[in-house]
Amino acid sequence: MLKAPAEAAGLRKRKLKKDIPYYLMLLPFLLVFALFMLIPVLSAVAMSFTDFNMVQLPSFVGLDNYIRIFAEDEIFNLALKNTLLFAIITGPIGYILSFLVAWLINEFGKGIRSVITLIVYAPTLAGNVYFIWTYIFSPDSRGFLNHLLVQLGIVSDPIMWLTDAKLSFWVVVLVIVWLSFGAGFLSFIAGLQALDRTYYEAAAMDGLKNRWQELYYVTFPQMGPQLLFGAIMSISGAFAVGYQNMALTGFPSTDYATHTLVLHIMDFGSIRYEMGYASALAVVLFAIMLAAWAVIDKVLKKFN
Amino acid sequence: MERILHLIQPKFTRKSKDSKVQLSRSRAGTIGIFLFLLLICAFMLLPIAYAVIQAFKPIEEIFAFPPRFFVRNPTLSNFKQVFFLAGNLWVPFSRYLFNSLFVSVCGTLLYLIIASLAAFPLAKGNVRGGNLITGLIILTLLFRPEVTAIPSYMVISSLKMVDTYWAMIMPAMASSMGVFLMKQFMLVAIPDSTLEAARIDGAGEWTAFFRIALPSVKPALATLLIFTFQGLWNNNGAQQYIYSEDLKQLPSVLSSISAAGIFRAGVGSAVSVLLMLPPILIFIFSQRSIMETMTHSGLK
Repeated sequence: MLKAPAEAAGLRKRKLKKDIPYYLMLLPFLLVFALFMLIPVLSAVAMSFTDFNMVQLPSFVGLDNYIRIFAEDEIFNLALKNTLLFAIITGPIGYILSFLVAWLINEFGKGIRSVITLIVYAPTLAGNVYFIWTYIFSPDSRGFLNHLLVQLGIVSDPIMWLTDAKLSFWVVVLVIVWLSFGAGFLSFIAGLQALDRTYYEAAAMDGLKNRWQELYYVTFPQMGPQLLFGAIMSISGAFAVGYQNMALTGFPSTDYATHTLVLHIMDFGSIRYEMGYASALAVVLFAIMLAAWAVIDKVLKKFN
Repeated sequence: MERILHLIQPKFTRKSKDSKVQLSRSRAGTIGIFLFLLLICAFMLLPIAYAVIQAFKPIEEIFAFPPRFFVRNPTLSNFKQVFFLAGNLWVPFSRYLFNSLFVSVCGTLLYLIIASLAAFPLAKGNVRGGNLITGLIILTLLFRPEVTAIPSYMVISSLKMVDTYWAMIMPAMASSMGVFLMKQFMLVAIPDSTLEAARIDGAGEWTAFFRIALPSVKPALATLLIFTFQGLWNNNGAQQYIYSEDLKQLPSVLSSISAAGIFRAGVGSAVSVLLMLPPILIFIFSQRSIMETMTHSGLK
């Protein structure tokens, strides 16, 4: 009885010693992960309460930055509205389209499935090729779409796709959807491929009436983990919208029509060097993303 | 048409002997699916095809009115112009190419090592704090580099990494996606019994990692390779840590060329074609491994 604690301590020590190689393996990643992920996020929180221009030392200003964000910064309101609209529109559309395509091609032969996967994933792979949309939507009569519309007699004058405040928002939505077949899409395809097919046969025997029922009762419950992974990828993409807008509609865009939080942070961070204020903006964005994830995580877990 | 429709017929049916239910598709349904997928593929592919075709257009055709989708007299002059123009830039084109290759290849190799090393104890080590680390990794899947750019800038600046190769490589090493995918793959690809047997034979954790773990996760390595390479190769975000022209990567050539407007439309397209080739080729060659890895990407 008396020896037990000492024995337990010895056991723990032995386990710790055995684990040393494991900790050494973890070390390099933990180091870069801390430096370039955790510390930036945490230091943004700390810096958000300061006034900091990268030259002088930061000075503590309390909640001033947050008060300025919510009470004075009208461009922030636009950026917030656009970010939420982009996320609410492009997030679900990209997510649902990704799943739909993955589901439809799931039972095709291997060859054609690989080809469609490559085609649909190509815009994500090709990275910078989205600049081609600026030629397609070019406002002069050489712009491909304008020319087509004029030829077909739908419009008589070229449309200012990229500089009209109302239209440019929807052009960007289109391009973001075009770019939204990413890792989540691959995860859906792979997950569907790996589903246990005996379930389908059993369910067919139990009297499923059609494929929609099969999708709802058999496929969704088994795809839970992949659906969650896809959701986290969708959120991370939908709230990071910004650089594409800049390439398409310029910076700042007409009437800030495609201005987002990512661009607003960049504006204050790398152009005006108001790091304290940029950090506070970043903290607001982090909070929104975490809240979105908490809600979606809960909804999807309930569903399963 | 019949042959195409046959191609997209389900390759297995769900009939069983005692069931009359057969979940087959109606012909109209098959045609509907065919049209929907055709539309999606056209939407995805046409802009890329347009970029490729533009790249082969001679200058008169780019300025031709009315604009045409297809090229009449294909030419390589845009590609030659890329090298000529970029040769007349402050920095030779080969320097941008070297920077892109150097950053992408070194960064990818380094990340493969870092990520698979870290994934092994998380998947198989049962170490203290492992769950906390895994939780943080999953949570930070949310944050793309664009979102953390400014806070990262403060760290990179205080590490004196601004305007060095380190600034382009190191932030990508903190990506949680690769570690997550590798960990998920290791959970299923490395049987505990094999590890146990190795331990009985006196193998340490390092031997187990190199002899047992690494050889069984080749598909996951291929997957991390394409994701990491793609991120570093298309590196736009990192350009804000770089001011020296001779350290910049290929995408910045593209943006300076296409900033010159419609006059350089053909050359810009040629650069984008050159840029998209490596990731697409790698993907084609590793698609099977990628799919095998993504099977285990689910969050439980």
